[in-house]
Amino acid sequence: MSDATDTDDQPPALPGDGLREGIVDDLRRRIGDAVVDIHISPNDDLWVRVQTDAWRQTAEALHAAGFTFFSFLSGLDWMPSPYGKGEEDPTAEPTEPDTEIRQGVTGGDTRFQVFARLVDLDRHVGITIKADVPDEPFAVDSWTTVFAGANWHERECHEMFGIGFNGHPDLRNMYLPTDFEGYPLRKDFPLLARMIKPWPGIVDVEPMPVQDEPAEQEGQS
Amino acid sequence: MTNLSDRQQLSYIASQAADARLNVELETEGMTLNIGPQHPATHGTLRIIARLDGEQVIWAEPSAGYMHRGYEKLTEVRTFPQVTTLVNRIDWLGSFANEVPFILASEKLMEIEAPPRAQVIRTILFELSRIANVSLFLGDLGVQMGAITPVFLAFRDREYVLNLIEGATGGRFHPNFDRIGGLKDDLPKGWIEETRQTMVKLRKFCDIIEDLLFGNEIFQSRMRGIGIIPADVAKDYGLSGANLRASGVDYDLRRDQDIAMAWDKADWKVWTHPDGDSFARCWVRLQETRESCKIVEQLLDQIPAGPIMTKVPRIIKVPEGEAWVSTENPLGEMGYYVVSKGDLGPFRVKIRSASFNNISIVPWALKGVYVPDIITILASLYFILGDIDR
Repeated sequence: MSDATDTDDQPPALPGDGLREGIVDDLRRRIGDAVVDIHISPNDDLWVRVQTDAWRQTAEALHAAGFTFFSFLSGLDWMPSPYGKGEEDPTAEPTEPDTEIRQGVTGGDTRFQVFARLVDLDRHVGITIKADVPDEPFAVDSWTTVFAGANWHERECHEMFGIGFNGHPDLRNMYLPTDFEGYPLRKDFPLLARMIKPWPGIVDVEPMPVQDEPAEQEGQS
Repeated sequence: MTNLSDRQQLSYIASQAADARLNVELETEGMTLNIGPQHPATHGTLRIIARLDGEQVIWAEPSAGYMHRGYEKLTEVRTFPQVTTLVNRIDWLGSFANEVPFILASEKLMEIEAPPRAQVIRTILFELSRIANVSLFLGDLGVQMGAITPVFLAFRDREYVLNLIEGATGGRFHPNFDRIGGLKDDLPKGWIEETRQTMVKLRKFCDIIEDLLFGNEIFQSRMRGIGIIPADVAKDYGLSGANLRASGVDYDLRRDQDIAMAWDKADWKVWTHPDGDSFARCWVRLQETRESCKIVEQLLDQIPAGPIMTKVPRIIKVPEGEAWVSTENPLGEMGYYVVSKGDLGPFRVKIRSASFNNISIVPWALKGVYVPDIITILASLYFILGDIDR
């Protein structure tokens, strides 16, 4: 597509990224101090973390700024799994489990975060928005009034993480039975199949023949 | 007629009263209609609950979850190379296309890129998956309306494409061929020539389907003007792929993002349709199949020489970070949000599958339509169950 006017295809203007910086400036004008942290990967991607109270306001502001395509919404649990990662060598000494909660890009203060992605179909640029979810109340505002497609995503997120969405019309379970207890995508929800029979994990990797053959030949000769 | 006789008047009043009584007795009650979980139009096990008023749907809701396999949880206990085996099973008709965005996201985090030869072969296999997937859709379309012939043609011609995928990767449905840093193997001898011949057959298949279905009067009357989705609503619900382009939105991730694949090496066209009805969605898919054949044919001439695998460590550890990569899969935008903590496996993978969003519009799209149109609208939205439930 030679005639495509793709802003992402323009010659890289490292280290800055005028397009995405402009988007952040515009967002700051619209929602003010609600922007807590930003992260720009030049000519590649953009992350913005906003205050929890401004979650819906951010969606409205971005919708007005041209980000009309709703891609997805979901949750993040930053606590390392207390059951390990399931890939440890069963023969090795058990190591001290990692308990430090480290939020990813744009940081954060809480164990849980919600994140969503919106796309501007005219400028061909996407943005990932994050917000902390405090323990009390364990909820954020619903986006269903801004993006109708958020309905199912919020249902799924509620079912998998237990995060509430204020103003959502119908937070029924999508996949699981109504009386299911627990929130499967939380890190402290055990994956029972893995508990019963540990995965052989990394010991499963067989030595690659190309790397072993020269050593054998040297030994023989 | 100036005057009605008393007798006529009386009989008229009596008949009116009888009609009114009958109406009271036959007061249409709401009826709940269950479609599925097992239904040919659902490509798996989707259940649609529709509340009817006479022949009209007043409320409808899909009930997903009959095939939820929890891939997002399972990826957290797998290593990065193992994840491709899982994600193969999301959209099982175009499996190879599922692997690519995950591999690209991992490569982005590792800051490596596949060699040019691997990129071109990846793109060819990606487009072959699309042809295999969409050709089945085109054949299945007839079945929804009682036409049996197209589905036999589709299964026959899809087999040619599956043979090619099997020839190159060893797997008909689940290739598991993409690797971080390149591909598992090079192409076998004679594959390029065979692919070229197959593309001729597939173009013919498109022509036949266009003749059989798209020109058919019944097909047109069942499809045109039915299930119209305006562009604003489509964007609100996050519809993607052909469903979005059929609403007149000119957006294709193959063209509109800078990605380490070879689509920019070929000359092809993004088709859109202004109508946004069922017919438009099917028509856009038909044209896209032709464009895919075009892309494959052009790329077959441009496979560069060189390695198919870049240098990667034997045990792959992905550096800490977050990456989002999405590609234009047969069903629409499919993307992976990969969070890594520098371990052997991902910390969290959010899978954005196209059908989940495409089907979330069903309650909106089915409101007010007639019962026979439910099936054609569902068929034209085109979803794969594994892609909804993941």
